[in-house]
Amino acid sequence: MRKRTLLPDLALPALVLIAFAIGPYVYSNELMLFNFVMFLALAQGLNIVYGFTGYLPFGYVGFYGAGAYGFALAVMHLHAPPLVALAAGGAAALVLAVVLLPLLRLSGAYFAIASLAAAQAVYEVVSNPALENVTKGPYGVSLSAVFAPRFSYDVGLGVLAFAFLLVVWLRNSRFGLALQAIRDDPVSAGMAGVSVVRGRTIAWLLSALVAGLVGATFAWHISVFYPDTAFDLGVSIFATVFVLFGGATTLTGPLLGVLILYGVYNAIGITVPQYFQFIYGALIVGLVLFLPNGLVSLLTTRGIRVP
Amino acid sequence: MSPEPPLLVVEGLVKRFGGFRALDGVTFHLAPGEVLGLVGPNGSGKTTCINVISGLYPPDGGRVTYQGRAIGGIASHALARRGINRTFQSPKPFLSLSVRENVTVAATYGNAGPAPDLDALLASLELDTLADRPAGELNSAQQKTLDLARALATGPRVLLVDELAAGLNPAELGRMADRLRALAGAGMALLVVEHLMGFIDKVTDRVVVMNAGREFFEGTLATAIKDPEVIRVFLGGAPHD
Repeated sequence: MRKRTLLPDLALPALVLIAFAIGPYVYSNELMLFNFVMFLALAQGLNIVYGFTGYLPFGYVGFYGAGAYGFALAVMHLHAPPLVALAAGGAAALVLAVVLLPLLRLSGAYFAIASLAAAQAVYEVVSNPALENVTKGPYGVSLSAVFAPRFSYDVGLGVLAFAFLLVVWLRNSRFGLALQAIRDDPVSAGMAGVSVVRGRTIAWLLSALVAGLVGATFAWHISVFYPDTAFDLGVSIFATVFVLFGGATTLTGPLLGVLILYGVYNAIGITVPQYFQFIYGALIVGLVLFLPNGLVSLLTTRGIRVP
Repeated sequence: MSPEPPLLVVEGLVKRFGGFRALDGVTFHLAPGEVLGLVGPNGSGKTTCINVISGLYPPDGGRVTYQGRAIGGIASHALARRGINRTFQSPKPFLSLSVRENVTVAATYGNAGPAPDLDALLASLELDTLADRPAGELNSAQQKTLDLARALATGPRVLLVDELAAGLNPAELGRMADRLRALAGAGMALLVVEHLMGFIDKVTDRVVVMNAGREFFEGTLATAIKDPEVIRVFLGGAPHD
């Protein structure tokens, strides 16, 4: 039915990737650029589960932290090369997602809170001083042996490309349509022949995989971090706000959300935090009141298709 | 009514919600090409019956047999692929998807046979002019028709129709009745739950009348309305014994 070309859907992420590939050559604050790449990917990862299934996991950072520690443990204990450790980070997030699959039996706020508790539980285990020999407990890990800021930045771009491609696929495939059908009405979706459990499970695992890979790349890029950083609830909150602000289920929405809101954060959030908090609060209140479906709904409600 | 063997057999079906027996041993059968009306007062178990047959709830007792095989407890999506589909009493389209996307999902995932011509399907149900509109913008009657379109996109052999006629105007009622008869004429078996007796009269070959979770009359609507027990259940009055 969709004979449309994929070009516009691919052009936008390609532009963003090129801009961030050139970025380090023209702008010296590489860590800030890396954080942008990280949040762009995390927002798309969260978009996969929230935008396409309606589940909003407040504890999304749990997968990010699992990825970071999956990477760190593989490097510290197995002396794995960084790319192998990256795969281990993704695998750690996937394992956690499988363990947490029963959470999908909950819905709405109950699911959101339960996922938050789950992320907190993982944090408590990782940061437990009794596990110092395994995870270094609350004292944090140092991975200076594999420190490679430029290479890890480029791998971050690769992870972002992967996240973009997943969302472009969901936006343009019958499977993505089936997921949206499940989100709209699971009973009807079942009657339309869609396996509800299978669809939700796949979206959940893909979403966790993206967060795990982002967390692993973060661990590699920053190379010294503490459990509080890897499981910082602020990561969940930022990713959630970016997705909701821009508009879920689209590729453009979360992308715009990160560029605008994280841009505002970097421009004034650190220098004049009181104004930042005021502007952030005002933006979110305005959004909830006037644009509950995000910025892109300005176009989509007028029948204009947004990639 | 029909010389063919039954496609769907419901025997002694029981469904409990807590201590309440919504279905208390209902029994009937449905043949290919036949339209069976399921009537009864509110709360008699008609919709629960459809919900159990379509896999929404597992039965607590009794059997549902389709094409000679027990299907009780099989999930909806698997039943849809085997050829059982339904509409909903209050329409349940995918609100954020367009009309065409609604039927595309069903044709892609619920139809085990060759891909159906969705444009022709939408045109036959007068939904073609709405094809690119989000289903959430449709009115209730249009959403019910979309439910039917989505069910038909899966190529069902058994179609369970739950109060499709409510909310349609007289002209739409007539056309909907003709459509259901045409589907039966093409060999589909239909189970129609409906309160509008004019619609039941026009569409069905025979009716099963339910009360308190079980059937107590089976035959044509013309004989049903003369049956003293049917009159008692619908209009009230002293019990016979």
